[in-house]
Amino acid sequence: MAIVYQRPHALLDVPTHYCPGCTHGVIHKLVAEVIDELGIEGNTVGVVPVGCSVMAYDYFACDAVEAPHGRAPAVATGLKRAIPTNVVFTYQGDGDLAAIGTAETVHSATRGENITVIFVNNGIYGMTGGQMAPTTLPGQVTQTTPYGRDTDIAGYPIRVCEMLSTLSGVAYAERVAVDSVPNIKKAKAAIKKAFTAQIEGKGFSIVEVLSTCPTNWGFTPVEAIQWLRDNMMPYYPLGVYMDRTEEGVKHNA
Amino acid sequence: MASNQKVLMKGNEALAEAAIQAGCHHFFGYPITPQTEVAAYMSKRMPKIGGTYLQAESEVAAINMVLGAASAGVRAMTSSSSPGISLKSEGISYIAGSDLPCLIINVQRGGPGLGGIQPSQSDYWQATRAPGHGDLHILVFAPSTIQEMVDMVFDAFENADRYRMPAMILADGMLGQMMEPVVFPEKKVVTFDKESWATNGHKNQRPHNIVNSLYLQATELERKVKERFERYEVIKAKEARAEEYLVDDAELVVVAYGATSRIARSAINSARAKGVKVGLIRPQTLWPYPSAVIAKAAQTAKAFLTVEMSMGQMVDDVRLAVNGKAPVSFFGHTGGVIPTPAEVLSEIEKLTGGDR
Repeated sequence: MAIVYQRPHALLDVPTHYCPGCTHGVIHKLVAEVIDELGIEGNTVGVVPVGCSVMAYDYFACDAVEAPHGRAPAVATGLKRAIPTNVVFTYQGDGDLAAIGTAETVHSATRGENITVIFVNNGIYGMTGGQMAPTTLPGQVTQTTPYGRDTDIAGYPIRVCEMLSTLSGVAYAERVAVDSVPNIKKAKAAIKKAFTAQIEGKGFSIVEVLSTCPTNWGFTPVEAIQWLRDNMMPYYPLGVYMDRTEEGVKHNA
Repeated sequence: MASNQKVLMKGNEALAEAAIQAGCHHFFGYPITPQTEVAAYMSKRMPKIGGTYLQAESEVAAINMVLGAASAGVRAMTSSSSPGISLKSEGISYIAGSDLPCLIINVQRGGPGLGGIQPSQSDYWQATRAPGHGDLHILVFAPSTIQEMVDMVFDAFENADRYRMPAMILADGMLGQMMEPVVFPEKKVVTFDKESWATNGHKNQRPHNIVNSLYLQATELERKVKERFERYEVIKAKEARAEEYLVDDAELVVVAYGATSRIARSAINSARAKGVKVGLIRPQTLWPYPSAVIAKAAQTAKAFLTVEMSMGQMVDDVRLAVNGKAPVSFFGHTGGVIPTPAEVLSEIEKLTGGDR
């Protein structure tokens, strides 16, 4: 009998700590499937953040390093410079990547650091219980924006892919979502393209994944998916923001 | 740089060359006075030997690049001066908590805050008490000559690998900036097998390695920290180092490290010429601290004098080691002011009742 579906080898057969309905599980699976399909588990090193996915090192079968909050791209830089033939990816949330780690994100991107960043954007600090994130939408209610994000006080959400696409070191930047089967398939294709760009030495690659947090948004998983479509997608349009995967970023000046 | 050949070198550059010869091919830095020549030297040499020199966007990023490279199993280092070391303290804590080896150089300048750019020893507490948050120590070496800086770079990398912990060379702006003749030793670099823990890719031949400092179960975290402290006890027993100078018959023992110890030695020589029985204990490691050497001297010496370029930080450790057996006094300057031999001699004479 032909096997039509199975757990990817790069995803360990262990229970995760994620909340019911959280889309981290889907994104983990996509990353693991790409690692399997590219046959790179043995020479891949993941760098996990501080945030909900802080224990992702227990879920991926490849080697992994737990980085200080926001520093994953710097840790990944060290890993990659030490052994350039390894495939190095970071897996980061919005607080980690776009607030405390903004400098590391921007500078690893502008260096054209040959790493892959999986950026899970759910617009909230999940692990600490639902505080405002750099990607929280205007008007969005969180634990620390109880009257809705007031842009006069808290400023505006950062559109990471748009911002990074201005940098010459970025080989690939795409925003995807995991709200539907077609979009999940597109997300996987983007992750595969990003990893492939790294393997081919093209430069910095990032896939931003619009994701849900039913627990801290205060919705059921189904409602959360709909909220993502109605509110996040208009502010964070899906699509490819930079694609230099043919020519790469070297001699790009 | 050929081995066993005497060359005149600036301290910062000698540190950098020694690191390369000790097998460090990965340097991550950020400019700050008075250590910038370390980075400048590395940027010149690393491309020639296929190594990595990378100027990070911040001290924070630099130490985390070191964390990443050390995780991969290579010898990695960063270099900075006092304000920059404060920025690195987050990373130092994570590196210690992840049981990773690395080398950190601190060419100290005056503080607190932006302070100044002149030599200082006011980061002693930071290096030996709280290099980062949490229960942890790092190996701290205190060279007093350019030659000793070179030799200690080899020792620091070796012991960092041996005990899987960060090592620091605690120098100061004087040692970093001055020039002295040095000989690079024909030292065989001792290497360690890191395959059991390095995140260098499992090659489908072993279970995945994880470099991590997170332990959410309190009992598990306590066990990990206690294991580390058992290792610290071994290090305290085996690795504490100090040089003794004219201590045997000394009634007054001066304790000083780094550049200050050289000033103290000049003062001691002058005092001895006048018949004053004074000697010097020069700690070469600040963690582990050579407490036993001081405790032994406290059995015969009548008094101790600690001299530092700070408001008095190491003096705490001298008092702990002397343990009330003799009075311990302090003399120093801070903010980048360097004590003179005449001032130290005057202190010695004050404490010993002048000429004998």
